[in-house]
Amino acid sequence: MMFTVGLYHYLILSAVLFCIGLFGVLTQRNVIKLIMSLEIMLNAVNITLIAFSLYVTPVALTGQIFAIFVMVVAAAEVAVGIGIVFAIYRNRESVDMENFNILKW
Amino acid sequence: MPDLVFYGLAALAVVSALAVLLVRDVFRAALCLIVLFMTVAAIYLMLHADFLAIVQILIYVGAISVLIIVAIMLTRDARQGQPLGALKYVAGLVSLLLLGAISWGIINTQFGLPQNPPLDETIKPLGKALFGDPGYLLTVQIAAVLLLSAILGAVAVIREK
Repeated sequence: MMFTVGLYHYLILSAVLFCIGLFGVLTQRNVIKLIMSLEIMLNAVNITLIAFSLYVTPVALTGQIFAIFVMVVAAAEVAVGIGIVFAIYRNRESVDMENFNILKW
Repeated sequence: MPDLVFYGLAALAVVSALAVLLVRDVFRAALCLIVLFMTVAAIYLMLHADFLAIVQILIYVGAISVLIIVAIMLTRDARQGQPLGALKYVAGLVSLLLLGAISWGIINTQFGLPQNPPLDETIKPLGKALFGDPGYLLTVQIAAVLLLSAILGAVAVIREK
């Protein structure tokens, strides 16, 4: 388990990438870099799903089908997210998260 | 030999993911993100997911990075980048705690691993599973509606009043 690469190695790699992405989402002030961090998190989840697809359901390919739908949602999320960034940038002339406090009450 | 390839790819993925967060220039961060996407595609190839590797390159490298780069070029002050927010120590602690918890959970779990050999090519089984009779056809249609509504929503949000 420790030296030949198997399921555990891919899961740990995916966990490391997910936590890097989480750190980025929590700390980045530039909203475009925040979207990039979200993409890192989604890719980490996809690595987990595809690793499980190879090692747990190698014939049914359930994990790969889940990964396809995650990619669909990621594409939709980026399109809407960049649209919202443009809309706010037109009003505020900024992409800094500190200025995105329109929804505060 | 596959072990060495895996460790090289894993190191490249982690380094490029960290570079995305830490490089000050946002455009260079986007280039590091492209490197990460292609590394992930190579990892999919190592996992015998040939179709997903191609889709990863088409969608992420071909479409999503282009969208992000267009967004960087259309927003003027995005180029210089800002320092990390005030929460960085708390966020680092939370991320490390989550990493420890996930790793502890993974290492202490015994997965029931069947010993089937992996499929040689996955395009045909994936197509049958997605569009076949006991398949995921309803989910595919829901995903199509989701994409359509996302496009309409993005157009409605961006449109000049």
